[in-house]
Amino acid sequence: MKQWKRVIVVGASAGIGKALAEALLKEGSSVALVSRNEGAMNAIAHRYPGKALVFPHDVRHYEEVPALFQRIAHDLGGLDLIIYAAGIMREYEPHEYNFTKDRETIEVNTLGAFAWLDETAKRFEQVKGGTIIGISSIAGERGRSGNVPYFASKAALTTYLESLRNRLSKYKVKVVTIKPGFVDTAMLLNADGSRKSFIPWLISPERAAQLILRAASRGKNTAYIPGRWRFVSMVMHLMPSFIFRRLSF
Amino acid sequence: MVDAVDDYSESQPVENVSLHNSDEGPSSKNGQNIHSSLTNHHSSLTAHHSLLPHDRLEPLKGWGGAVGAAAYVYRPSTLEQLKECFELAKRTGKHVTLRGAGRSYGDASLGRENIVIELTRMNRILAWDAKTGIITCEPGVTIEQLWRFAIEDGYWPPVVSGTMYPTLGGVLGANIHGKNNFKAGPIGEHVLSFDFLTPSGEELHVEHGSDLFYSIVGSFGMLGAFTKITLKLKKVYSGDLDVKVFNPANLHELFEVFERQLPQSDYLVGWIDAFASGNSFGRSIVHQANYLALGIDPIPAKTLRVAYQDLPDMILGLVPKSIMWMFLRPFTNQLGFKLINWAKYVSSRFSPKTEFRQAHAAFAFLLDYVPNWKRSYGEGGLIQFQSFIPKETAEATFRKQLELCQREQLVPLLAVFKRHRPDQFLLTHAVDGYSLALDFKVTESNRKNLWALTSKLTEIVLAAGGRFYMAKDATLTPDAFRQYLGEETLSKFRELKHRFDLDGILESELSKRLEIR
Ligand SMILES: Cc1cc2nc3c(=O)[nH]c(=O)nc-3n(C[C@H](O)[C@H](O)[C@H](O)COP(=O)(O)OP(=O)(O)OC[C@H]3O[C@@H](n4cnc5c(N)ncnc54)[C@H](O)[C@@H]3O)c2cc1C
Ligand SMILES: NC(=O)c1ccc[n+]([C@@H]2O[C@H](COP(=O)([O-])OP(=O)(O)OC[C@H]3O[C@@H](n4cnc5c(N)ncnc54)[C@H](OP(=O)(O)O)[C@@H]3O)[C@@H](O)[C@H]2O)c1
Repeated sequence: MKQWKRVIVVGASAGIGKALAEALLKEGSSVALVSRNEGAMNAIAHRYPGKALVFPHDVRHYEEVPALFQRIAHDLGGLDLIIYAAGIMREYEPHEYNFTKDRETIEVNTLGAFAWLDETAKRFEQVKGGTIIGISSIAGERGRSGNVPYFASKAALTTYLESLRNRLSKYKVKVVTIKPGFVDTAMLLNADGSRKSFIPWLISPERAAQLILRAASRGKNTAYIPGRWRFVSMVMHLMPSFIFRRLSF
Repeated sequence: MVDAVDDYSESQPVENVSLHNSDEGPSSKNGQNIHSSLTNHHSSLTAHHSLLPHDRLEPLKGWGGAVGAAAYVYRPSTLEQLKECFELAKRTGKHVTLRGAGRSYGDASLGRENIVIELTRMNRILAWDAKTGIITCEPGVTIEQLWRFAIEDGYWPPVVSGTMYPTLGGVLGANIHGKNNFKAGPIGEHVLSFDFLTPSGEELHVEHGSDLFYSIVGSFGMLGAFTKITLKLKKVYSGDLDVKVFNPANLHELFEVFERQLPQSDYLVGWIDAFASGNSFGRSIVHQANYLALGIDPIPAKTLRVAYQDLPDMILGLVPKSIMWMFLRPFTNQLGFKLINWAKYVSSRFSPKTEFRQAHAAFAFLLDYVPNWKRSYGEGGLIQFQSFIPKETAEATFRKQLELCQREQLVPLLAVFKRHRPDQFLLTHAVDGYSLALDFKVTESNRKNLWALTSKLTEIVLAAGGRFYMAKDATLTPDAFRQYLGEETLSKFRELKHRFDLDGILESELSKRLEIR
């Protein structure tokens, strides 16, 4: 597997981001951990002294990003890979329309990614190289009836990543869009801590991390995690609206 | 595979990479500090003055191509702009690395993620006296500019490197030597005075001969920047040199030829076929070159013209020199170089022409003859290991070095041999003895073994009381550095660093690697 020496993981305190950070640290990479939960990040950093750096940050504080990004690149001694894994999925009641929650979802899942990856793109264009991994979701494939803003946030992210790839490929910059199916993280828990009911093909965050890094080091543009979700996606795309409307998920 | 965007590979094998700047220097902070500064001084961090513009970021490399680091590059054109760059560094809490033409092989003019001030645009010749050969230049004036300017008045730079592209600032920063080091000393000995700007903004005028003079020349950009340099060029009465070729059949003969020819040589350089073994171990080609005395050249006005000096654009009459490296690439594996070396030796040995006249530029800048020849070394670039050994132990030491390389099957593709004499400069690399410069091709797969080899070579040098040269170095350790320079020298240097650069603003990847502060 390819070894990236200097890495930023945004959304590193839990779930898929945490598993990715740890997988990279185990490979010997230097990793900057970025998210809000400082304690959780310190607990990771503790196990990899001198290799993991902790940067508490809320991705909705966009104006902090340029300075923080430059400082992290300085402290890492450069940058080879950035992974944007920060994301939230708010709960909605059946008849709930809630702009506050909508906005928060877009802010974290989409605008935060723009803020971090724009800054990264500027740098990678200058130094002519680098890898960007964006964790989107199969949820962005179609506008299903469930969690409206979440699907929209991921659709926007997927399209943004594709544009970025097209813009940056001439600078030898690799942009990888990751579309996980279901991964066993806090995101799939109900408010009371119980797991949601219908969860097919569930994999662990560690397994997801392994598949994500493998896809990126093989130079994939887009990867479904695990791969079989590609077929589900194809079926979803082919499905006419009059059927799709009637599905309850 | 290691994917590093701005440095194809580190000066260290990958295993040893660690975060290097978490608690040192003006800007370094660990994550916690950043957190506190972000939350406590929110406005100051987000304000633009703490940010360097991203479009200043450039992926720089050492000339050998084996070490690289992205940096925010500024190219001032005036002293005022240079001062502003230092101010900017202080404002943004960044370190500064000075850079000339970037012709150092390793990391001497790299500064990872910090400000690099490249002085190539301060390149004006400020004063010239054709009667005395005394010239005053800005630091970005190159050796090439110098000789092209002065030659028609009958002057040649007193000391030049094997390439004409270095700047005078870089040349004084390293205190370069030429193929005439045994006679002419390093370039510093021909400098009459210089102006110097320290990071604190102090401007000094330093005259030849002072204690400060000998400490600053050769200090690799660690104390401040040369801003104006006055030096005396060498009077020549012809654009040609008298060149003689010798073909020592082995290492011992090489030393004999050198000792015999030294008294009657202006320049002397040897090229060793590092692949040869057995009876011909150390077989070499030696080039001697001498200035022509007044009246010898029947057409000096012609030979002293730039056009006469200029290297032919075509090599072999057919291949444009700018793409010659492509034709060398297939040969740059071990077997290929063995053939090249053998052919070079054989053609030299049996060539009927062992005495001829050659233009100064052609003799001095042979390596510029095939532009981009280093690209024939491929992606991983090259490193050079050059050591300077006292004459008493030099032969045995170089024998050990070459034997070791052959045993480890990491044979240098070029091996250049020169004679030196001691000088008074504080951080000098010179000895009363010989140097051997070994060029190694770096690849992803040989990198680790190569660094292990250079560490063994370093041990051999230290045991022989030898020295190293930071302009070429990429592999030395802080311990070896301390050992060859000695504690007395280093503490004297530290005093000066303290005096001129209290906050440690000036640093380079080399200074960090060798822990020079
Ligand atoms: C093909 C080749 C052949 C060579 N042959 C020889 C040789 O025969 N003999 C020899 O001695 N060297 C030789 N060199 C090495 C070269 O001469 C030195 O590395 C020289 O310093 C390069 O000058 P530069 O302008 O490129 O400086 P850089 O490599 O950019 O900088 C060199 C050092 O000087 C400092 N510096 C640069 N400008 C200033 C300034 N204005 N004020 C203060 N410090 C400054 C830098 O910080 C750095 O530490 C050779 C190099 C090459 C590539
Ligand atoms: N789990 C799945 O089944 C699944 C499926 C497809 C896609 N995904 C996507 O995968 C990504 C990771 O999700 P996960 O399952 O690992 O979820 P998770 O366990 O809840 O982790 C989410 C991560 O995002 C960070 N984050 C959330 N809000 C943030 C903010 N405002 N600022 C900074 N960081 C913030 C969190 O850190 P802090 O709370 O410390 O800030 C945490 O590190 C998300 O983009 C998600 O949409 C997940």
